[in-house]
Amino acid sequence: MSNLSRRKLITTGLSVTAGATGLAVAAKVAQHNGLIPPDSAGLFGAGETLTYAAQRMLTNHSMAREFPRSEVSNPPFVNGPPPKDDVFRRLQEGGFTDWRLAVDGLVACPAIFSLEQLKAYPSHSHITHMACEEGWSYIAEWTGVPLSHVLDVAGVLPHAKYVVYFSIDRDWWDSIDMADALHPQTLLSYGLNGGDLPVGNGGPLRMRVPRQLGYKNVKYITRLTVTDDLKKFGKGLGSSAPEAGYAWYAGI
Amino acid sequence: MVGEAIPARHSVLVRLTHWLTTICFLALLVTGVEILISHPRFYWGEAGNVNMTPLFKIPIPASRSTVPTGYGYVLPDQNGWSRYLHFQAAWLAVLTGLLYGVSGFFSGHFRKDLLPSRADLSWRSFASTVASHLRLKRPREAEAGAYNVLQRLAYLGVIFVLFPLVIWTGLAMSPAIASVFPGLVSVLGGQQSARTIHFFVSVVLVVFLFVHIAMICRSGFSNRMRGMITGRTTADSTTLEKEQRL
Repeated sequence: MSNLSRRKLITTGLSVTAGATGLAVAAKVAQHNGLIPPDSAGLFGAGETLTYAAQRMLTNHSMAREFPRSEVSNPPFVNGPPPKDDVFRRLQEGGFTDWRLAVDGLVACPAIFSLEQLKAYPSHSHITHMACEEGWSYIAEWTGVPLSHVLDVAGVLPHAKYVVYFSIDRDWWDSIDMADALHPQTLLSYGLNGGDLPVGNGGPLRMRVPRQLGYKNVKYITRLTVTDDLKKFGKGLGSSAPEAGYAWYAGI
Repeated sequence: MVGEAIPARHSVLVRLTHWLTTICFLALLVTGVEILISHPRFYWGEAGNVNMTPLFKIPIPASRSTVPTGYGYVLPDQNGWSRYLHFQAAWLAVLTGLLYGVSGFFSGHFRKDLLPSRADLSWRSFASTVASHLRLKRPREAEAGAYNVLQRLAYLGVIFVLFPLVIWTGLAMSPAIASVFPGLVSVLGGQQSARTIHFFVSVVLVVFLFVHIAMICRSGFSNRMRGMITGRTTADSTTLEKEQRL
């Protein structure tokens, strides 16, 4: 073996080792800082992890763009029909006075809220862009109680990492990390464009996460569970979206 | 007959990044079309949906029943894996592009191989290159050892204009990225404008791909492929001529 090729071999060996060590260290650091999404295993895990980690580091405190009232899209787009089951229909006929939101999991005092109670809390409104992963979008004014306020009332425990939220439609549930859950623009929304949130847009209560795409904005919310481990829910992928083939993180 | 080998036509790095980019581009193209099928309408501005007048529609069926297409059926939804693969391929493409860009800058690849010389850009030289393309003349093998001015401008345009633009417009569609860099979106005219520009840049890239492949075929397919795979081309004129006659 000539000197040159031996040198080449040593350099290559060293860089491969350095690269592998670097990757392992990066993975450890990412894990420690909660930068690994629950759907990080599998064929597309590498890309998904890069997207989530990069966007989470960039966007920790960033605010979704807000628009002037003149930009509001009229009418707000309605995607798909409301739940057809009897429970929802009966609640709707009763003007949703019996609608309840349960908050449980890693909280000091699990609680159940009526819409009336949620509306009594300080409300927040923002005119933001709702974009669907399909490509369409609309701008609307969303009003609701900041999720962080409800979590404060329930007393989130310090080791909480995610908030899992469930629709009355049992096939639809999702979760967000604490960066999104405690974000000031993340709302439990009950109002749209100055009126009640129409059923077609997710009324009476919709999770509004303006820094993520439409499908994270789950409609007809009935329950929140605060957790430190998404493995306990469904197939352990953090949401019903990955179970249907869609990414858990929808910041892009 | 074995031709005489001439020095490497393309460096290892250029060859590696070329084929990685090829794989990524094809993955991005297929998944991009899949994603487009879920809403084959384009808008200008911030918001756009079926209640609004589109800039234009693509006359194909959609994978969502909510989109009026005029077709009596809905295609299967392939958006999940398409989006996963689109972003994974985008990451690999961007990292490959960074490797290529940094090394091309330091190795002098851009300066030597891609930047047209002052003489190349003279009216006379430019016109003669254009004229020989218009007459569909085949290049002599001696000319295939370096890029002519049209090739140089085309590659520079793809590398430094179209690729950055397609990445920018892709990122501008992300609500999270928009929250950190709102200017990325507003400069383009809005999120839906970004989507529309993303589509047009992709179309131009596909046109480039077709012209690129046509030129490769025209100038000796297997020799050009050999050059981009092994780095070597054969300067043997009889092999080349035989190939071109086929």
